Amino acid sequence: MEETKKNLLEVKDLKVSFFTPAGEVKAVDGISYNLGYNEVMGIVGESGSGKSVEAYSIIGLLQKPGKVVGGSITFDGQDLLSFDEEQMRNIRGKDISMIFQNPMTCLNPVYTIGNQLMEALQCHDDKITKEEAWDRAVHMLELVGINNAEKRMTQYPHEHSGGMRQRAMIAMALISEPKLLIADEPTTALDVTIQAQILDVMKDIQKRVNTSIIFITHNLGVVAEVCDKVSVMYAGKIVEQGDVNDIFYDPQHPYTKALLASMPRLDEDGHERLIPIEGTPIDLLNPPQGCNFGPRCKECRKICLSKKPPYADLGNGHISACWLHFMEGAAKKEEA
Amino acid sequence: MVSYTLKRVGAALLTLLLIMAITFFLMNAIPGSPFLTEKSTPQQIALANAKYGLDKPLIVQLKNYVVNYLKGDLGTSLKMQEGTPVKDIIFHQGKFVLSIKLGLISLAVAIIIGIPLGCIAAYNRGTWLDGFLRVMTTVGVAIPGFVLATLLLATFAVKLHILPTNSGQLTDWKSYIMPIISMSFYYVCYVAKLTRTSMLDAINQDYIRTARAKGVKTKMIVLKHALRNSLIPVITYLGPVTAGIITGSFVVESTFQIPGLGKYYVQCVMSRDYPVIMATTVVLSALVIFMNLVVDIAYKIVDPRITLTNKEA
Repeated sequence: MEETKKNLLEVKDLKVSFFTPAGEVKAVDGISYNLGYNEVMGIVGESGSGKSVEAYSIIGLLQKPGKVVGGSITFDGQDLLSFDEEQMRNIRGKDISMIFQNPMTCLNPVYTIGNQLMEALQCHDDKITKEEAWDRAVHMLELVGINNAEKRMTQYPHEHSGGMRQRAMIAMALISEPKLLIADEPTTALDVTIQAQILDVMKDIQKRVNTSIIFITHNLGVVAEVCDKVSVMYAGKIVEQGDVNDIFYDPQHPYTKALLASMPRLDEDGHERLIPIEGTPIDLLNPPQGCNFGPRCKECRKICLSKKPPYADLGNGHISACWLHFMEGAAKKEEA
Repeated sequence: MVSYTLKRVGAALLTLLLIMAITFFLMNAIPGSPFLTEKSTPQQIALANAKYGLDKPLIVQLKNYVVNYLKGDLGTSLKMQEGTPVKDIIFHQGKFVLSIKLGLISLAVAIIIGIPLGCIAAYNRGTWLDGFLRVMTTVGVAIPGFVLATLLLATFAVKLHILPTNSGQLTDWKSYIMPIISMSFYYVCYVAKLTRTSMLDAINQDYIRTARAKGVKTKMIVLKHALRNSLIPVITYLGPVTAGIITGSFVVESTFQIPGLGKYYVQCVMSRDYPVIMATTVVLSALVIFMNLVVDIAYKIVDPRITLTNKEA
């Protein structure tokens, strides 16, 4: 039990299900993590692994038929799941902000950038004057690297490029200096050069406004660039979690290893073939009895198909949910 | 912007010319003559035709109309009010004013009630309230004006005696109630349906999620972020409807005995009063064309992405 340093966000055994006509889909199935102040955590996983759903449940934007069915979310000492809609609204945009994947559709096309930025302040502070809000918005736009901020304030979203809009989104999310920023694939819809710029902006601004970030992505390169620690998600569960260096240089879970092997590396010699992960993600309506990754795993054993693996503590906060960690060398061979 | 306006005016004039031609030929295609009565002899009819130039070839008659219209002369009535200038009939006898008054109030009712109803239905999608509104609007769109007008008349005027049967010149507020309801109910329902649909579309957009993530109040999300984006279809619909509604409704004006332009227009067609038919059609068409222009400008105000000219893009 390490309770020495207080965490900004503590997620314990969070379970989120979607109740569809076909049955209950366990989109997030018991995930836990802690996020410290000023910490940047990456959540990596393929599409449908529950990354975004998990984020939406923190900020209270989960849409029907999705529902948090278990666990707890403690943010800055407050139990978020006990909050009603009005209390959550007060937290949203003020203490927890979010930026989204597609900047092209995330800004309201019929209002100016300035109007939308100022709104983020005004809806939490009735007393703020227009001038004050305007000045802060301009300052924020300058901070995220938008030139000519005064003029940009009066322009509409369609007069900005994708990168510009994402910068404006970041400015909007950070304008009220939230304690936590959830970035849901903020660079996915942008081209690579713009991606790099946006990441720089985020890294830079994170240091300036001292905010913690949950960075959701399926791009491991992005994670390596900005995150302090990483949670790897697969089919609604965190399969491996640890310091960013541990995850990249010493991955323990077969899924993490496979993910890393499937992406090109600049530091390797020659032209190594990329190794795809065979098969498709499991059907969350009928999850397997054993390890969710079992059916696709190259090192799958008998036990993997019949029982869910517990987490193995590998030290330094590095955990991995795989049966392999619980088998001694000899037993491993026998099993196979 | 100037060249754009000029282009639009040019197009409008051309459209009007076409409408005149079509109206002219259609009205001459209807058998009968303004001078045909039980007593009239063929000679009398021929004489009258000659007097008003109706014996000339159609194309010449049409030319005369166009030339006179360009001079601002709308002709004189042949039958309904024989010898009275058509201009006076339309603009100076209070008919148009009556119809415009009724129409504008009905339009306002349609907007003021229809749009909020649509928002309420969209926001409460799937609840009993939405269900109720859906049934109501469907009924409202389906029920013919004359049925509603007659029902109202039978209930409130004939049975309950609380409202007058004859609205006449619309002198007191009571006389407005039933004509306004009969005229606007359809539009209220249609606008509500349109608003609901486009609102639902808007509510599911990404920028609504952004607004929620910012902590904007639900009321503001609907009123500020969703509504403005969902007004385009409503505006498209309301433009031409405005022109139609302010030129009067034959059914409503007949049922409640209001001497408005809508009723008069139909009577003119019945009696083949050619100059009045022509003038009324042209005035109505000009209004429709004008409202379309207003709609285009309204688009631009509501949605800044829309450009009116190619140069602006």
